Amino acid sequence: MAHDDHTGQPLLAVNNLNIAFANDAGETAITRDVSFTVGHGERVGVVGESGCGKTVTGLALLGLLPERTARVRGEILFQGRDLLNMPARELRRLRGRDISMIFQEPMSALDPVFTIGEQLTETLRAHEKVGRREARERAVAALEEVGIPSPHLRLDDYPYQFSGGMRQRVMIAMALICRPRLVIADEPTTALDVTVQAQIIDLLRELSDTTGTALLFITHDLGVVAETCSRLLTMYAGEVVESAPVDTVLRRPAHPYSSGLLRSLPGLSERGGRLPSIPGRVPAPGQMPAGCRFQARCPHSADGCEQGQPLRELDNGRLARCWRGAELTLPGAVT
Amino acid sequence: MANRVKQRMVAARLLQALPILVLATFIVFCLMQLIPGDVAVTLAGENASMERIQQIREAYGLNQPFLVQYGQWLAHAAQGELGTSLLSGEPVAHTIARTFPNTLLIAVYAVLVSVLVGVPLGILAATRAGSPLDSTIMGAASLGVAVPNFWFGMILVLFLALGLQWFPATGFVSPLEDFSGALWYATLPALALCTNGIAEVARQLRGSLVEIQSSQHVRTLHAKGLSPARILWKHGLKNVSVNLLTVVGLLFNKILAATVVVEAVFAIPGIGSSIVNAVLQGDFPVVQGAVLAMVVTVILVNLCTDLACTVLDPRIHA
Repeated sequence: MAHDDHTGQPLLAVNNLNIAFANDAGETAITRDVSFTVGHGERVGVVGESGCGKTVTGLALLGLLPERTARVRGEILFQGRDLLNMPARELRRLRGRDISMIFQEPMSALDPVFTIGEQLTETLRAHEKVGRREARERAVAALEEVGIPSPHLRLDDYPYQFSGGMRQRVMIAMALICRPRLVIADEPTTALDVTVQAQIIDLLRELSDTTGTALLFITHDLGVVAETCSRLLTMYAGEVVESAPVDTVLRRPAHPYSSGLLRSLPGLSERGGRLPSIPGRVPAPGQMPAGCRFQARCPHSADGCEQGQPLRELDNGRLARCWRGAELTLPGAVT
Repeated sequence: MANRVKQRMVAARLLQALPILVLATFIVFCLMQLIPGDVAVTLAGENASMERIQQIREAYGLNQPFLVQYGQWLAHAAQGELGTSLLSGEPVAHTIARTFPNTLLIAVYAVLVSVLVGVPLGILAATRAGSPLDSTIMGAASLGVAVPNFWFGMILVLFLALGLQWFPATGFVSPLEDFSGALWYATLPALALCTNGIAEVARQLRGSLVEIQSSQHVRTLHAKGLSPARILWKHGLKNVSVNLLTVVGLLFNKILAATVVVEAVFAIPGIGSSIVNAVLQGDFPVVQGAVLAMVVTVILVNLCTDLACTVLDPRIHA
């Protein structure tokens, strides 16, 4: 997978992204110093349990957090330009054209009172000078590409006339219609039937391959990441705790939390045995412990964990926010 | 196919209207029985003998059990025969034709002003939700909901009619004879009626727009790179249009009912004041006929609102 294009810079570089929400009591920090990169055409999975800040991070990339309450600091470099310091009008031009997003709930992510065709063509016409007829043809082609049968007949249908899986296909068609460089998929299969989930994942992977679009895949399903992505970011309590190639992390994770996540995958643990789980719960935002945020739940915690934990570089490009990462031999999903 | 569905919906709704008509007129008929006073005594004039009063009762069928009386009225009404006023002898159909246009003009006028003023205010408040302007508009709207329209009507008369003499204080001309003149007479009553309407429209529109603006599909529109203006005017307004239309439909019905009081304040010969006079005198054919006309109007307005909603939101079926 190409990490860099000819300019030598990654497609997306997120540096020290701190997101907080303002409230009556001041601010509640949601993420701390989130940093990662996505290369051109690369597929990166972001995993972590609910509330770890992965969705908020995804929304922040497109500037979609509520303006009145969200405080976003840091740097989001897309093709070298900082999205956080970009005038609203320019950011708008990027959205849907260079970066697009697929949401979790296909049932509520489409406007219920406009036809699918209208919603597809309006995306196209917001970014490209195309006539009505050409826009319609492109919309038909886009629907065909995501596997909607007889797309020219479905163009004038409303979202309620589609099933959940079909709506997610429409969402994907809409996200890809301008051929973006990066697609952020925020748990695109969580709301779907298991059988449909696999189809949607396959579709996303195929389209990313054929169009060369990079994919930031936010999910809590490690199986999906294993199938789709080349690199895995693990987030815990608002921080990136590990970043490593998927093959490596599946065999030998470097952070105890990644290891715990991998070992709690059903199907990979011993049949008939009790599924391992991580004891305890995530500390609430605003009540984070000093030092390692995972220490209270970690089976390997020792003196030294109460120190602040930076992301440390290990062998072959792996990063882990654990000072014992190099010395521990942690079990993965594949042994 | 969609047309067939719609035709069946209209037919079904009109059939449903029949029991409503019967029930409404029956309730009004019952209420009329409870009102003290005897129309026969009024008709007989002063110092009439008991025999004379009895004769009048028999002549008008007032001596019969009240269910029989209602049944007779209903049987006639079903054939389009609304009877005549017991007191003036004017056919009830004429009374309705003479007075209802005045009332309708005032009601439609008030609804139009409510929409034309309320919609911009609602949009303004919604797009600046949480700002001082929003608080001011919504504060004024709360006040508008609370102000009784007959009181506001009297204030208008005091300042705009008696003080500045811009508008006539009382009276009316028929819109069928002199439309612009009728508009001039209708302005103050319509203004008196529309305070609640403006407030209601602005509040409801702001509420549903704010809700839509934070919905997931509007987030998708932002993610697609549409401008906020386009999101508001195209997607926002179409999404709230069903709500807005429903509010306006209900508002029309409310305003139609409120004309009864406002017509009294402005001494307007509308259907509301006809009902009031007829009730006071026990002139039941007029009351029944006028109520029937109002109920039919309300049912038709509701039907039109619902039909328009099916056009605006494809998910709504009959």
